[in-house]
Amino acid sequence: MRLMLGAEAVVIPLGALLAGFAAFSLFLLVLGKSPVEFFALVWKAGFSSAFSWQNTLSRSAPLVLAALCVALPARLGLVVIGGEGAIVLGGLAAGVTGLAVGGLPGVLGMGLMAAAGMVLGGLWIGAVGALRIKRGVNETISSLLMAYIAIALFNHFVEGLFRDPGSLNKPSTAPLAESLRVGDMPFISAHWGVVAGALACILCWILLEKTTLGFAARIAGDNIRAAQVQGLPVGPLVIGFTALGGAFAGLAGFFEVSAVHGSANGSLIAGYGYTGILVAFLARHNPLAIFPVAILLGGFEASSGLIQRRMDLPDATILVFQGMVFIIILLSEALYGRFAIFTPAYWERR
Amino acid sequence: MNTPKSLNRRRFLGTTAASLAAASLGGLSARPAVAQTALTVGFIYVGPKDDFGYNQAHAEGAAAVKAMEGVTVLEEENVPESQDVQNTMESMINFDGAQLLFPTSFGYFNPHILEVAPKYPDIRFEHAGGLWTPENPANIGSYFGYIGMGQYLNGIAAGHATASKKIGFVAAKPIPQVLNNINSFLLGARTVDPSITCQVIFTGEWSMAVKEAEATNALADQGSDVITCHVDGPKGVCETAVSRGAYVCGYHADQSPLAGDLYLTGAEWNWAGIYTDMVAKTQAGEPIDNFVRGGLAEGFIKMSPLGPAVSDAARAQFEATRAEIEAGGFAAIKGPLNDNRGNVIAAAGEAFVETDIALESMDYLVEGVLGSTR
Repeated sequence: MRLMLGAEAVVIPLGALLAGFAAFSLFLLVLGKSPVEFFALVWKAGFSSAFSWQNTLSRSAPLVLAALCVALPARLGLVVIGGEGAIVLGGLAAGVTGLAVGGLPGVLGMGLMAAAGMVLGGLWIGAVGALRIKRGVNETISSLLMAYIAIALFNHFVEGLFRDPGSLNKPSTAPLAESLRVGDMPFISAHWGVVAGALACILCWILLEKTTLGFAARIAGDNIRAAQVQGLPVGPLVIGFTALGGAFAGLAGFFEVSAVHGSANGSLIAGYGYTGILVAFLARHNPLAIFPVAILLGGFEASSGLIQRRMDLPDATILVFQGMVFIIILLSEALYGRFAIFTPAYWERR
Repeated sequence: MNTPKSLNRRRFLGTTAASLAAASLGGLSARPAVAQTALTVGFIYVGPKDDFGYNQAHAEGAAAVKAMEGVTVLEEENVPESQDVQNTMESMINFDGAQLLFPTSFGYFNPHILEVAPKYPDIRFEHAGGLWTPENPANIGSYFGYIGMGQYLNGIAAGHATASKKIGFVAAKPIPQVLNNINSFLLGARTVDPSITCQVIFTGEWSMAVKEAEATNALADQGSDVITCHVDGPKGVCETAVSRGAYVCGYHADQSPLAGDLYLTGAEWNWAGIYTDMVAKTQAGEPIDNFVRGGLAEGFIKMSPLGPAVSDAARAQFEATRAEIEAGGFAAIKGPLNDNRGNVIAAAGEAFVETDIALESMDYLVEGVLGSTR
């Protein structure tokens, strides 16, 4: 019986996912394309071989951390959608710190870079939480607008103060020393950010489910009045959770700079913060679900190219696909508690 | 970064085995050897391939390659300059067997091509932008064209067409390639009338249609009556300029369908010649130079046909100058010339010809350009 009660959380999203696949298949049939070929290509490009997995994992690494920036504040009932700002500023902080710590041993230097990225990312999104608590500013709007400010600041510094004079045609900070580049994992050409993302998800799950802090946050998220009446520190909770989310987004920025780009430059503004929102919502803000969902979306995106080339569909096809799945999963929220088989009453009657 | 050796070795063994098998089969079969070997070529664009601009210019080149015999062309558009392009390149190699890749966006080179190329020593990577140095892997090449000369010719057409003696330039970022285009455009116009000035507005982004339209409106408000640009997709600039009644000089690709009678001419890339040449060389097993450059004479760039608004006098000067440039050794930047802050760029008698490497680190706007690089 306990199993069936828990099953609701798995069966409904999976069902919604399948319904999304079905709806998209109809869309493809209307266009005169084969859904079978589509899903075969998604499988081939995203999950069928070592290379596919490398492609998928490397795409999902930044998504996992970006999704945590949405999922953590969501526990408090906050919809933060400006993780992109924390990613680019975290990347900038990491890139600039990397220039100062080039003489240190690699691991220590990378640790400092990651810390710098996390601190700046945390301050940035933490400020969103503080604005919410101190001034009553809507966090959704402020985080989005602050993402634009972050990108403008990023461009200002990368094209001005921190610009490497040698980066003539593509303004960048100076290249990082080789010792400060995060390498690939053994056996697969995907960087350690994947592992960091998985660990971060587990830590967040423990924080949310197994600590009093997480419990307090959930109460505040469900009913802020009740939480206040109970004397829970709602203000520090909001600022702390938004800051922690921002810190993870900043960490994603660090990995992009250290593992992928080798310096902070405009390529960092790649929209991972926005795809992270999708991942967090699909995972229903459950940190343990974020990792597999990010891999699923990473696999979808990995197949985009092959679908463009083999099926002669535009690159937006995968976006349409993701959008359909997203909407159906949101709609499925209404189904929770509607199926008798998942309720204790059903099992007691038997 | 360390790469998994197992993947390389497996790939290497795989390809070796395949080519051995192919060779032995070839020896056994009675069919005569085919002149052209089958070749798969991949093109990767950073934006849409019908953007009337940078990406369309490359896609037109790809279309010419498609028409060649024995060639399969793969195309992928809207690929960001991030991990995504590395994955796209490897996907084209691993899933579709691409042997020659053209990742066309400037930002694909460092670090992405530099990262992927060493893993696939048998695959050729050709990059637009001219960044290859001898320290880079030998299977990478870079090519580029002296398109500043095209903007100089644009300037001549603009100089004849302007009544207000003010011309305008919507620019993306103050980097050497762009500055060279702005300066060339003004210097071309000043050969017609030395009192002409050029207002420049930087949008800060390669592709940001709203800002580009705003900038174009601002230029028109200030009296500019001929407008050109250097952004990835000139569509917004063209359409806005036309709606304000200003003449347009094109860039990257032919925008005459957008600007109609107000289109004077345009500086276009002509990648078809280069791409078909590189593909033919690869088919024939000949090496491609790692560092390829050229201008009008080499067919790397071309000018859009002159529009109906171009006067006979303008046409005559345009053609004469084009011939001069094609003859080689032409310099747009020549003394006596100051920048717009009064520093000497070239003393009397000093000249920077189009091929001069010093032009590729340009950091100034010449006298007569209204605007600032910072």
